[in-house]
Amino acid sequence: MKATRSMVLVSSDKESLDRGALEVFSTLQKQIAAFGLEEEISLSMISDVSKKAQNPLVLVYPEAVIYGSVTPDDVPHIVEEHLYKGRVVEEKQISPFDLSGNIAWLTARKGTLPAENRIVLKNVGLIDPESIDDYIINQGYEALGTVLKEMTPEETVKIIKDSGLQGRGGAGFPTGLKWQFVAATKSEKKYVICNADESEPGTFKDRLVLEGDPHAIIEAMTIAAYAVGADEGFVYIRGEYGLAISRMAKAIQQAREYGLLGDNIFGTDLSFDIHIHAGAGAYICGEETALIESIEGNRGEPRSRPPYPTTAGLWQKPTTVNNVETLANIPAIIRNGADWYKSFGTPSSPGTKVYTILGNVNVTGLIEVPMGITLREVIAIYGKGMKNGGRLKLAQTGGSSGSIIPASLQDTPMDFDSYNKVGVSLGSGALLIGDENVCVVDLAKVLLNFFREESCGKCNPCRIGNNRAYETLVNISEGIGTLKDLDDLMMLSNQLYELSNCGLGQTAGSPLHDILAHFRAEVEAHVKLKVCPTGVCPMSGRRVYQII
Amino acid sequence: MKVDIKESESVREFVRSLVIEKGYEKAELIPILHEINGEYGYISDVAIKELSARMNIPTSHIYSVATFYRMFSTDPRGRHVIQFCESAPCHVAGGRLVWEKLQEVLGLENGETSEDEKWSLLTTSCLGVCGVGPVLVIDHDIYGNVSPEQIPGILDNYE
Repeated sequence: MKATRSMVLVSSDKESLDRGALEVFSTLQKQIAAFGLEEEISLSMISDVSKKAQNPLVLVYPEAVIYGSVTPDDVPHIVEEHLYKGRVVEEKQISPFDLSGNIAWLTARKGTLPAENRIVLKNVGLIDPESIDDYIINQGYEALGTVLKEMTPEETVKIIKDSGLQGRGGAGFPTGLKWQFVAATKSEKKYVICNADESEPGTFKDRLVLEGDPHAIIEAMTIAAYAVGADEGFVYIRGEYGLAISRMAKAIQQAREYGLLGDNIFGTDLSFDIHIHAGAGAYICGEETALIESIEGNRGEPRSRPPYPTTAGLWQKPTTVNNVETLANIPAIIRNGADWYKSFGTPSSPGTKVYTILGNVNVTGLIEVPMGITLREVIAIYGKGMKNGGRLKLAQTGGSSGSIIPASLQDTPMDFDSYNKVGVSLGSGALLIGDENVCVVDLAKVLLNFFREESCGKCNPCRIGNNRAYETLVNISEGIGTLKDLDDLMMLSNQLYELSNCGLGQTAGSPLHDILAHFRAEVEAHVKLKVCPTGVCPMSGRRVYQII
Repeated sequence: MKVDIKESESVREFVRSLVIEKGYEKAELIPILHEINGEYGYISDVAIKELSARMNIPTSHIYSVATFYRMFSTDPRGRHVIQFCESAPCHVAGGRLVWEKLQEVLGLENGETSEDEKWSLLTTSCLGVCGVGPVLVIDHDIYGNVSPEQIPGILDNYE
């Protein structure tokens, strides 16, 4: 796609068309040409923006400004002021929060810059997610056709392996290898599962893909089914994502009607169908074996591994479990080839990564950039700098199970390999940016509270360890901590890591380790001087927990 | 809690029709619990016992599943359920003050239901709308960028 500075969208639902959206569109075209901006600004129509009272709408990105209701007479002013001079026309602007839930996914485009390379989010916010035709026009199901007609399952696994695609759920396991393991099993019955139980705090990339481009997931899962020899699939969507569930259900229905799911897809021997399983509110179900237990109708408690799901997964059959973002890469890799994919990112971590930028920056939101970008670049370019001119103190990468890193690591390239070398987890791609008003003890307290709530309780180190660590942190925040508490926290962190059964417990101790490794002086101030340097902690001297 | 025989019978009837519709495979347990919780706001003992008989699953298993997942409740809840996101991104964006204000205005603590059965106040983990934190959800309505001052006005929207 040509690099453009701004993107302008005009609503084209029936209501808008009745009220002259086409004239608005053509006037925009003329005015943009009059200012000689055609090269810099892309203009398109977009359906599914249903705020009836304020139609037709004009949406301008990257600022994510929404104008309504726009008449052709308004257009010259908007073009001159906003697109030419860069000033938002406030009198015509409407708040995104006034809009109906159906266009909530449009916020995905907020902050979009031409420098981004969108593969996963290519269609999100641009096509009508409830129209299979819209998806097909945008190269949809082309990759599935190619795979079924021109490639063997082995070749399909190979191209994914060659692309170097790594699982985007957090662990970074090579996707092609996972498929190869399942393909190699001799079972009659195999399953493909899409892990859409996105519960990592600060992460909503999968939600936007599910809401904005559900057919990409169906296409990718069908390709996976062909590659590994499966005939049944599940999308496990967290129960809180109501819109994502209904969009996915509609997309599956459309795909069935078009013969893209069901028996003999594209007239071949492949038969495959997908069911939706709505989660019911449990962070642990993002762990693949807990997710499988949940589909089977049990508590979401992780299994002991091995055996891995690739040999004994759902109902003890070989199962590939892939994250939404991972799957969303698959059709593009098939269409464009492994070498194309490897041209993005770094040699050890090819491709792009979707990040959510949150916290004390001027612009929060979602970006998709090549692997290897640095935190400094993310904050400066996409976050538009720190809020209120603050200074970066820390960033939490990868949600609760990720790492807390100090400002000194902001120039480390963000890819799986480089981050592993400095002991940082890239995790789910959430980037929580904290300025100097964030207290590390308070932050760790919030994180440990999360883990003690979400621990499934199956194994002791996690169930007891997280509670003990939380209580110790509360005491420190009340000003009654001791230096021995700090040693205990470090010990707990190690024990959680070494002894827990699954990834939740193993990563739950990382905030403890990180604050003591990078911010020990600040933690010690709470203990030795009984002072919270940022003034966040209560420091009341009250003993909340008696730890024996 | 008083047990209304008529109501119990209607719960049982609802459960029976669900099992007929969805089947009695164990994999249908969570979808069926979703429906019951959605219909009545919670999953009662009556519903669990009926489900156990119809699906041939021990009540202990159903109870263990119903209490494991956060979206299910085995206690009656208020007419409106407020869920406040207590995850780190909302916390850093000013969530702590909003939470304190909510508790103050409602006179409730986490997990409590008001005496007039109007409100239940709960904390929740991340809801995936972190871009507009702090976030609270009342029934199915999501409120983003909430400040403590807005709390009374938001609550006034509910009967």
